[in-house]
Amino acid sequence: MEQRESIIEAINLTKKFGNFVANDNLNFMVGKGEIFGFLGANGAGKTTAIKILCGLSRPTSGNITVAGFDVYTEREKIKKNIGYMSQKFSLYEDLTVFENFRFYGGIYGLSKKEIRERTNYFLDKLGLMEYKDKVINELPLGWKQKLAFSLAILHKPRIVFLDEPTGGVDPITRRQFWDMIYEVANDGITVFVTTHYMDEAEYCGRVSIMVDGRIEALDTPETLKNKYEVDSMDGVFLKLARKG
Amino acid sequence: MRGFVIKEFFHIFRDYRSMLILFGMPVVQVLLFGFAITNEINDAEIAVLDYSKDNITQEITNKITSSGYFILNKNLEHEGQVAEEFRKGNIKEVIVFEDNFAKKLEKNHSAQIQILSDASDPNTANLLTSYTSGIIRNYQQQKFSEFSLPVEIKPESIMLYNPELKSVFMFVPGTITIILMLVSAMMTSISIAKEKEMGTMEVLLVSPLKPWQIIVGKVMPYVLLSFVNAITILLMGFFVFGMPVQGSVILLLLESLLFIVMALSLGIYISTVSSSQQIAMLLSMFALMLPTILLSGFIFPIENMPEILQWISHLMPSKWFIIIVKDIMLKGVGILYVWKETLIIILMTVFFIFLSVKKFKIRLE
Amino acid sequence: MNYPVAIKNVSKSYRKVKALSNISFEVNKGELFGIIGPDGAGKSTLFRILVTLLKPDEGEAFVEGYNVVNQFKEIRKIVGYMPGRFSLYQDLSVEENMNFFASIFKTTVKENYHLVKDIYSQIEPFKTRLAGKLSGGMKQKLALSCALIHSPTVLFLDEPTTGVDAVSRKEFWEMLQRLKQQGITILVSTPYMDEAGLCDRVALIQNGEIMEIDSPEGIIGNYTKNLYKVKTDKMFEIINDLRDYQYTDTAYRFGDSIHFTSKQENPDSDELLSYLQGKGHDNVQINEIKPDVEDCFMALM
Repeated sequence: MEQRESIIEAINLTKKFGNFVANDNLNFMVGKGEIFGFLGANGAGKTTAIKILCGLSRPTSGNITVAGFDVYTEREKIKKNIGYMSQKFSLYEDLTVFENFRFYGGIYGLSKKEIRERTNYFLDKLGLMEYKDKVINELPLGWKQKLAFSLAILHKPRIVFLDEPTGGVDPITRRQFWDMIYEVANDGITVFVTTHYMDEAEYCGRVSIMVDGRIEALDTPETLKNKYEVDSMDGVFLKLARKG
Repeated sequence: MRGFVIKEFFHIFRDYRSMLILFGMPVVQVLLFGFAITNEINDAEIAVLDYSKDNITQEITNKITSSGYFILNKNLEHEGQVAEEFRKGNIKEVIVFEDNFAKKLEKNHSAQIQILSDASDPNTANLLTSYTSGIIRNYQQQKFSEFSLPVEIKPESIMLYNPELKSVFMFVPGTITIILMLVSAMMTSISIAKEKEMGTMEVLLVSPLKPWQIIVGKVMPYVLLSFVNAITILLMGFFVFGMPVQGSVILLLLESLLFIVMALSLGIYISTVSSSQQIAMLLSMFALMLPTILLSGFIFPIENMPEILQWISHLMPSKWFIIIVKDIMLKGVGILYVWKETLIIILMTVFFIFLSVKKFKIRLE
Repeated sequence: MNYPVAIKNVSKSYRKVKALSNISFEVNKGELFGIIGPDGAGKSTLFRILVTLLKPDEGEAFVEGYNVVNQFKEIRKIVGYMPGRFSLYQDLSVEENMNFFASIFKTTVKENYHLVKDIYSQIEPFKTRLAGKLSGGMKQKLALSCALIHSPTVLFLDEPTTGVDAVSRKEFWEMLQRLKQQGITILVSTPYMDEAGLCDRVALIQNGEIMEIDSPEGIIGNYTKNLYKVKTDKMFEIINDLRDYQYTDTAYRFGDSIHFTSKQENPDSDELLSYLQGKGHDNVQINEIKPDVEDCFMALM
C-alpha cells in the first residue's frame, strides 16, 4: 500500500449512549482517493461511527478530523466537504431528474451555470440525458441509484459516504455502480462505503470489520484472507463476527 | 379476539401521544371552553332601565351588580336608549323593571322584569340571562320565603338580534360531541392506517381472522375509552362548572354509546380509504372535526347559517347528538322527546357500518 | 394437483406496469424453493398473489390445492407469511408479539412451542424487550417465529434476509434447512444471488419474467460458455483494459477478480495473457472456472 495523504483520521473514537458503548476506541485513517469498506454486523456500531464522521453526531471522546476539519468544532466545514448517499437514495421522487440536481446544487451553493454543466456532465455519462425532465418515480431502481450517487458527488466533495448503496439491485447494475465508484476514487475522491454484499468487500482497497463496537480487523482484503486462512471476505467476516 | 383487544390496549398505553389525546384532551377542552366562557361573563357590562325606582328594584339591581359577574354601565331613562346602547357595543345586557314594581309585587304577588341581551353572541347571551335569572330567583327566595302566599317575580328574557335562538346552549354537550368524535373516529382510523403502513395488516389479512373480527378487535378498546371520556366530561361539567344532568343519566350514556359506535364506523370508513397515518389524520381532521365544530351548531347557531349550510348541517351526525345531549342534560327530557334524533343517528350508524364493512378489503387492492 | 404450490400462466399489472407476465411453476412438497431476483422483479407481487392478498389478472394459482381467488379462506388457515418488511408490532415486546400472532390463529405459544423452539429459544432471553429495539437479525428470527407459530404447511418468506448482515443471513438459512426437515414447504425470495445455492430449486426472475427454473446445479450446468477468472496486479485498471480487448464478450468484477467470457468459439487464454501483459499487467492469472448462480443470472439478463 503506497503512502497517501490521509483525509480521515480517527484516534480513539469513542461514543457512548449512557452505559452502552456504541463505538469503543476506534482507530483508523483513510487516505485520499481510497475506497474504504466499513463492514460489520447489524448493530455493530457502523451507523453511529458514520454519523460522527459526517458531523451529525458528537463523539464522546477521541481526536477525529475529516478532510482536515475537527468533528467537534468544524462540523459545518465538514458537511461542505462530504457527500452522502444512503440505501434510501434521498431523491425527491416527485421531482424531475433535473429538479433534483438543481435542488442539491442549490444546497451546496453552486451557481446556475455550474449546476447546468455538472448535470449535463453526469447525465451524459450515465446515458440518461433524454430522461432529464422525467419524474424520478418513473425510473427504474438501478437508475435512481446512479442518479443518487451523482447527486452525492455533485458538489465535488473530498469524501463520499455510501451507506449500503447497492441493496436490492440486479447484479449487472451493481457492478456498473462499482465502476462508477472506481472512477470517482480515481479522480481523488475518497469513498467510504458500507455493504452487506461480501463480494463487494473485495472491491475495496482496505476494509475494516466492526464487531460489537470495536474494529476487529483492518487491512486489505488480500491480507485479511491470508491472515484468517480463508478464500473469500465472506469467510473472514463470518470468522470474526461469529466470535462476537 | 381477546388477544386482539389486549394488544390494542398495549398500543394505546405505550404511545404517550395517543394517551395524551385520549385523556389530556377532554380535560383540557372542557376547562378551556368552560373558563373561556365564564371569563366572558366576568364583569359583563350591563345597563338598567328602571321605570319603578323603588326599594325592591334597587335591591335587585344591587344584588346583580354585587354578584361579581356584572358591572352597571349606565342607568337608562327610556326605551329608546336600549337599541342605541346595544349598538354602541358597550353593554351586553339590559335589565328592565316595569313601573310600580314593588306595588304590583305586594298587590298581585307578581311583577315583571325583562332581560334583554345581545344574542349575536349566543353563548354569552345565554349565560348572562341565565345568571341574571338565577340571581333574581335567589333574591326572591331569600326575601319572600316568610310570605305565606307565593310571590313571583317573572324574569322574561328576550334575545335581541337573534330572536330565533330557541335552545339553551352550553359548552358541555358540544365538548362531549367533539371529544367522542375525535377519539373514536380519528384514533381508530389512525390506528388501522398504522397497521397498513407498518405492513402488519398484510399478516392479519393472511390469517383466518374475518374482516369483522379485525374491525371489532381494533375498535373495542376505543369504545371503552370513549365511554370513560364521556363520563369524565360529565363529571367535570358537574364538579368544576356546576352543570348537573337534569334528565336520565343512563339514557344520556346510552345515547353516547350510540354516538360512539357511529363515530367508530366513520373512523373505520376513513381508514379504508387512507393508506397512511397522515392521510387518515388529515381526513379525520377535515372531514370530521371541522364540520363537527363549525356546522353542528356547537359554536355557530344553525338558524343563522345560509340555507345551504343548514341543509348540510342536517347531515352532520354531531348536530343531532348535540340536540340530544342538550335536551337530556339541560331540559331533562326522556327518550320520547328525542327519539327522532336518536333514530337518525341509528340510521347513520347502520349506514356507515354497512359502508365500512363493504369497503374493508380482504385483499390489498 | 399434488403440489403444495402451483402457478399457471399468472400475469399481473399495476395500471400500465406489468409486474408479472405469464408465470408458471410448481413447488414440490417439502422443497426449499428460492425466487431470486433484484428489487422490482416482481417477487413480492408473486408472493402476495400466493398468500391471497392480490388477485392475478390472468392465470390461476393454487396453494395446497386451494385456488387463491375463491378458496382464500382455506389458504389463510394453512400458510405462514412473512412480508418484506418484518411486520412486527414495534411497540409490543417479543413475547407479546408471539402471543398475539398465536391468538389470531386460535392457538397458544405453549401449544406449538416445539415448532418454534429452535428459533425462538435464541431470542427468548430478550422476551420482554420491545420488538422495535431488536437488532435486524433478532427481528428476523422473531418474525419467522411468529409466522411459524400456527404450524403452517407452506411458508412464504418475502426477502427475509434483505438488509441483514452476512452472519445473521447464514444463521437464517441454517434455520430454514432445519425447518425443511420438518416437512414444511418453504418459498423464499431474495436479491442475494449467493443464497441461491442454499435452495433445492430456484427461479431466476427479472422484470416480471422467470428466466430459468432449476436446481442450482442445473442452472450452473446450463451455462454453456467458457468462463475465466482473471487476476492481475492492477485490478483497478483491468476492467477497462478488458473492455477494450477485441474478443471480450463480458467482463465483470467478481470479488477479487474479473469473470471474463470471450466472443471466440474456442477462447485462447494465451492471447488474452499476452494482451494483458502488453497493457502492463504483471502476475496475470487466467483460470477457467465453474460459474456460480450470479454468473448465470447475468448471462440470462
